This record gives sequence, structure tokens and C-alpha cells, in this order.
Amino acid sequence: MSDTDVTDTDVSEPDAGDAAEADPRHIAAVATLADVLGEAMLDHHSQRGELWVRVHHDSWQRAGYALRDDLGCRWFDFLSAIDWLPSPFGRDMDAEQDWPTSGPPARDTTITHGVAGGETRLQIFARAAAVEGNPGGGNLAVTLKADLPNENPAIETWIPVYAGANWHEREAWEMFGIAFIGHPDLRHIYLPGEFEGHPLRKDFPLLARRVKPWPGLVDVEDMPSTDEPRS
Amino acid sequence: MSVTEREQRAFIAAAAADARVNVELETEGMTLNIGPQHPATHGTLRIIARLDGEQVVAAEPVMGYMHRGYEKLAEVRTYPQVTTLINRIDWLGSFANEVPFILAAEQLMEVEVPPRAAWIRTILFELSRLANIALFLGDMGVQLGALTPVFFAFRDREFVLNQIEAVTGGRFHPNFDRIGGLKDDLPKGWIEETRGVMVKMRTFCDELEDLLMGNEIFEARTRGVGVIPADIALSYGLSGANLRASGVDWDMRRDNPCGLVYDQLDWKVWTHPDGDSFARYWVRLQETREATYMVEQMLDGLPAGPVMAKVPVIIKVPAGEAYVATENPLGVMGYYVVSKGDLGPFRVKIRSASFNNISVTPWVMRGVYVPDVITILASLYFILGDIDR
Repeated sequence: MSDTDVTDTDVSEPDAGDAAEADPRHIAAVATLADVLGEAMLDHHSQRGELWVRVHHDSWQRAGYALRDDLGCRWFDFLSAIDWLPSPFGRDMDAEQDWPTSGPPARDTTITHGVAGGETRLQIFARAAAVEGNPGGGNLAVTLKADLPNENPAIETWIPVYAGANWHEREAWEMFGIAFIGHPDLRHIYLPGEFEGHPLRKDFPLLARRVKPWPGLVDVEDMPSTDEPRS
Repeated sequence: MSVTEREQRAFIAAAAADARVNVELETEGMTLNIGPQHPATHGTLRIIARLDGEQVVAAEPVMGYMHRGYEKLAEVRTYPQVTTLINRIDWLGSFANEVPFILAAEQLMEVEVPPRAAWIRTILFELSRLANIALFLGDMGVQLGALTPVFFAFRDREFVLNQIEAVTGGRFHPNFDRIGGLKDDLPKGWIEETRGVMVKMRTFCDELEDLLMGNEIFEARTRGVGVIPADIALSYGLSGANLRASGVDWDMRRDNPCGLVYDQLDWKVWTHPDGDSFARYWVRLQETREATYMVEQMLDGLPAGPVMAKVPVIIKVPAGEAYVATENPLGVMGYYVVSKGDLGPFRVKIRSASFNNISVTPWVMRGVYVPDVITILASLYFILGDIDR
């Protein structure tokens, strides 16, 4: 597991991030968004041809309109959320039986954010792209991010901007417990109606892993006895 | 039928339902439950349609019968283990599911695959497309009452599946793509066999064209049915042939090949201006034929060399975020991978094509007749695993 296993990682473009930083489309897009949103545009990051922009959650819908109308990103890709809290159960969500004597190791629960930064635990992100006019590539695609308050996370709906956001917001509501203000039809999309909890939050345990030992770790099941009559 | 006419009809239907009386006939509103188990729903999609007479006033798909929670499961697995899961998303074109995830991991690790691996990857990607769309081409016929095309489709898809099996060992779930390249090279004699299969697939396309195109019943049931204008298609995030059938000239294979070798081939993106069910069928038929030519070009130009880059034995992906999407058989499929430098991903958002493609159904089914519901569902072409994940 140590780094000595690394024989030769082919680092072909070490400056890929810096090169993309100078992408003129991204510079222009960031300038446009900063112009429209002003203080509400918090951070941006550009890497490998992708552009991330973090906005304040109060300006989420306005940012969506700016993305669609000012930047021409008319194609809606997806909307979802990230829970930045490291899982309190550990990444493998091992069952308690897997730590018979020592108990589970101490777990670091400091929140670290990804590209374009972040402030709170829950972060919503959505992506839209321009698809017309540039056959052969060169269209702009932007991933917007917004931090959500820790208490009662809620944000404006994107349905007036992109009609396709409807189901994605239902999914984010169900999986992360994010309320979408102005969404007409916020109800379960995958899970049964009586389901409680928000499964994609990190503090929601994956029960299948928690209640039984990991088979590769404690594989002590006896072979079936030959004395027993076969059914 | 033009869009305005369609909207007009939807408006009349809605008004009639509100007044509980149809403009022409005295009809009653009723709720029709289609599915979840129904031969016309490919899997377990359930549609609750509110009808007025024979017109649909509102249709609401109900999903979740097959939700497997891959986004949660991926968080407790290592990167190589995730491909086993995501194989099961679109089960008719499994290999194509693995590719964008692997590409995203490779982007984060900054691994460059050898050229031969990229070419074979693209060949298998297109074979997945052939296997997947061949079934659509036959299935669309059977949903409209023509039985022959589906038998042709199952017969000829088998040749493609045999080729995939010969390379990967799996007919449906190859699990063949690796971070840094591919598990293995092509077997001996495979290239010549595949050439033969491509000829067979073109014959299959010609047969279906003879059977369905120009057939009066087929045209009557598909032309003008389920019209999706381009701006609606864009705002709902439709992709793949559904978007191109609405006249949007956009194909990820051409515009952002992302490590696959489409930019080195000579091919054409097919679009159709009508946006109806017929256009969606027509575009997919042309794409199937185009894919056979692409595979032949790739078989000709296949470079020599290794199929695996040098990667660590235990794969740890550096911290970062990457989003890679490819033009899968069903449409754009993307993986948003967040890594924190662990053995497995911190969060994986799976952007699957059918989820967005089907989200347009409540819009498009307003005001259509009950038999058109089946046509629209068939022509939008979804796989349940791709909706529910």
C-alpha cells in the first residue's frame, strides 16, 4: 500500500491545470459571471478543460439564468450534491465485529473541500453546457457549486431555468435532504414514500456493511457437514 | 403535426379534463396504470396516466423499482471494484458504462493509456453501441405491432455479443476496462471475424429499413408523434440520438472525445430536424450503420503495442474532482468523481442518459393518445437500470 509500489506513473502533463487556467473561454465566462453576479460569485477553478464556479446560495437561481442566457449553456446536464463530511463509520463502513479487540480506529472528521473551495458541509453542484454552433469542440461547459447552510439546507429551484432540473432536485431532496424553494412536486423519486433519512449523507450508515462482517475478513463459515441428510 | 398544433391539442385536453367533458364526446376522466410489469415498458417503469377518453391529460412515470444505490455503494469500494457495479447500469451496452468512469480516474491519476488500448477501447465501445441499438431497432417494431424486426434484432445482435465475449469473456458484463488500459489484448483471428460481423450488421440495417421505413402503419404511428422541439430537448438535458433527432448537431464523440480515438476516424454525425418518434428511429438506424463503418476503420488502423500502461499495483487516486462524459448508446453518460486520495472514491455522481431522457415524458405525453404513449416510450429508448442506477 506504500508508495514504493508506484513503478512509473506516467505524468504526461504536469502543467495541465495551469495551461487550462489560461483558457480564454473560461476567462471570458468567469468575467461575465462576475459581472452579472458581483459579490455573489465566490470562487472559480479551471482544470483539464472544465470550469467550476462557486456562487452564494442566495444567488443560485440568478446564477442559473446567467449560465443559460449570458453564457449560452442551454443544455442541462445534471444537478446533485456532495456531503463533504468524512464518513463517521470510516470509508469501508466496517461492521463492529471486524474490530473485535481494538475497536474501530480514531477517525478524522475534518471537512476538506474540493475544487473551487467551500464553507459548509453540504454543497450543491450542477452542470450545464453549450452544445450548439461549434461542431468539433470548443463549447463551454460550467459546473456551478453553492454551499448550503448546515441547518435546514434550502435553495431556490432551478425548474424555471432548466425544466429538466425537476427530477434531479427531487433526487437531491430525497438523498441529501435539501429543500428546493419553489419546487412544485417535492416527493420521493426512488425510495418508498415512508422512507426516513437521507441515504447519500455520509452519516447514513450502509446497513448491509454494518450488520455483518466483511466476508473477506472473517471467513470462518464451516463447510456443510456430510452427515446431514441432503434435501 | 407542428408544435403549436400539439400544444393546442394538449391545451384542449387539459381544459376538457377540467370541465370533465370532452369537446367532441361526453367522456369521463380515468386513471390508467401502465406497469410496472408490462411488456411495453422494458423493465419496471410504471406510468400513471390520467386519461380523458382516449387522450392522456397527464402522465407521470414512477421509478425506483430497480434502485440499487450505486452512488452509495461506490463510496465503500475501491476504484477497480466500482467497474463491476457500473457494468449493471445500462446492461445492453455494458462496456460503454465502464469507459467514462475509468477515463475520469485516469484523468485524476494523470495516466496516459497506450494507443492500442485506446483504439481497442473505442472498438469495444462501438460494439456495445451496435449490440444496444440493434435491440432498439427491432424493439421499436414490436412495440408498434410488427413482430419480425425483433427476431432479426435478437438474431444479429448475437454476432456482436459473440465478438464482445471473445475478447472480454462476458456477453453482458465484460468488466474488461482497467485504469491504465485493458485487461487483455484481442484474441487471434478476431479482427477478421469482426469485419464479417460488420457486414452482417449492415445487412441487418438494410433489412430493417426495408421492413419499416416506408411501411404505412409504421409511418402513421411514428410521424408527428411525440414531437420534442430543440429548446425543450436542451432544457430537459436530452442527449444522444434523442437530441440529434430534434435537430441539435451535437455528439460527444466528435466534440469531446476525451481519450477515445473518434477524432482520427472519418465519420458523420446524423441529425434529423423533425424531433418526432420517426426521427429518433431514423437517427439511430443511421448511427448503427455509421458505427459499423467506424469499427471497420478502427480495425484497419489498429496500432501495435502494449494494452496496459504502467500503473501501481494498488491504485490510489490523487485528491481532486473530475467529470468525464462519453456518448454512450443511450446518450451522454458521465461520472463526476470526487477523490480524496483514498483507495476508493469519496463521491461518485452518475449522470445517466435515460434519467434525463425520460424526465421529458410528462411534458411530451400531455395530449397524446394512449397508443402513442407506447410509441413515445419506445422511441425515447431507455434502459431501466440507466434510470434507477
